[in-house]
Amino acid sequence: MELTRDEELSLKGEHGEILQMAYRILVATGEATDAEKLVPVEWSHLSGVNYNTIGDAGEEFLSQISREAKVKIRTTVNPMGFDFDNVQNYDLDDNFISKQLSIKNSYEKMGVIPSFSCIPYEIFDIPKSGTQVSFAESNAAIHANSYDGLKTNKESAFSALASALTGKSPFSSLRKNDEPNVTIKMKIENPNELSYGMLGFFAGKVGNTSVNISGLGTLDKRQSKAMCGGMGTSGTCAKIIFGDGSSECEEIDFDKKEMQTIFDELNTSEKGDLITLGSPQLGLDEISDLTAKLKGRSFKKRCMIFTPRTVKEQARKIGYLNELERAGCEILSDCCTCLSPLINKESVDSVTTNSIKGAFYLKNSNGVGVNLKSLLDIIEDETN
Amino acid sequence: MKVLVAGQAKGPVIKTNHPINFLGTVDKKSGIISDKNHELYNKSIKDSILVFPSGIGSSVGAYTIYSLKSNLTAPLAMICTKADLTVATGCALANIPVIIISNEEFQKINDGMNCSVDTNSQNLIHYE
Repeated sequence: MELTRDEELSLKGEHGEILQMAYRILVATGEATDAEKLVPVEWSHLSGVNYNTIGDAGEEFLSQISREAKVKIRTTVNPMGFDFDNVQNYDLDDNFISKQLSIKNSYEKMGVIPSFSCIPYEIFDIPKSGTQVSFAESNAAIHANSYDGLKTNKESAFSALASALTGKSPFSSLRKNDEPNVTIKMKIENPNELSYGMLGFFAGKVGNTSVNISGLGTLDKRQSKAMCGGMGTSGTCAKIIFGDGSSECEEIDFDKKEMQTIFDELNTSEKGDLITLGSPQLGLDEISDLTAKLKGRSFKKRCMIFTPRTVKEQARKIGYLNELERAGCEILSDCCTCLSPLINKESVDSVTTNSIKGAFYLKNSNGVGVNLKSLLDIIEDETN
Repeated sequence: MKVLVAGQAKGPVIKTNHPINFLGTVDKKSGIISDKNHELYNKSIKDSILVFPSGIGSSVGAYTIYSLKSNLTAPLAMICTKADLTVATGCALANIPVIIISNEEFQKINDGMNCSVDTNSQNLIHYE
């Protein structure tokens, strides 16, 4: 890999140990992915915030580097494990809470924007088209590449952190060009967000770094987020190109049979003890729509709703929050369905959700049963 | 051959044909492989030149490599046949040299031999 003189000096440690480590990460990642150089990035979005995912080793590492490290570019962060506003309502042990607090403090000390959200594309301004960014949250990387005109690879927690500290990223893969290996033909009629989530999950399995998808109608926000979330969960693919692509691409149908296979893989329960909405977290549009759909109705069981703090505050001002609480919802910010320590198999057998991403992690990480249902069916079946 | 993380090291080779999942199958305190199904089960990778095909599993395993180094139980260097991002970033965090070699080169290395790694020299790996 070719480095500029300044990058070389940083790698040698002339600008301190933190930058030396960050450049070591960029060079190791770049060499592993055949990058020829580093390019500037304007925004980094970090994963590795939830104590559930990074554990003691991650907590100690962040605590150590935050004594000196400072982010150099706009840096936003993924959800953590819970919402400090209402964590006392959940049976969470003190060790988890104090370790999570330490992680939160370390990131804030480094100068990140405390977004604790997996939908940065919905709550921050999008830079101009073609801008290089470095997103470690998979659904956000896919959304950025496919809908927002930005360029990012599916970064790891470490490469995104190194980008945050240096403002650079290896020039490889999707930063250079798109070479979709496959075209998926969407054949499902009247799809809802669950169908799009499963389409994404299917695409993630068959796509390398990018895929063409044809036969898509106009997707609303809920549906496009579901598709990005599903895709990020099942593979390494980080970009959707809308349309047929070149004739050399292998073509695969996504029809009832393919969708059923995925449904059977992720749907393991006939019903759920509680409902979760939001993985990716819900934006204001979805909260507004949900409030309208719940008018005059109440949930018959617990319903946890995950949304960014900034959206929760807006929803409070507009009055949506009151309405949702009246309908029996628990509204949580700064965290997400996926990898939540608030749902565990000791107290919950199964969860109803409309999220494919949520379903995957509930099943594989939380070890609970999953009952997949579209939002309309959830409201139909679970409220009165 | 390709250098992912630069540096120098010298020590005994521990070699396995099994990939290593650093998250959950390596004890951070001792450097001992705790996975019963692994070729290196019950062996310590501490202070070794660890030769293996590649890392597998969650990228969070990179933090384990960093912890091994902090606990002074890490390998001195790693040599793999395939570049994977968990080993690459974990060793970058921990400042442990990593070299990627061909399958033919991999065949030439035997468990227990002494070996030195120097990414500044012409021959990256030197066997004794």
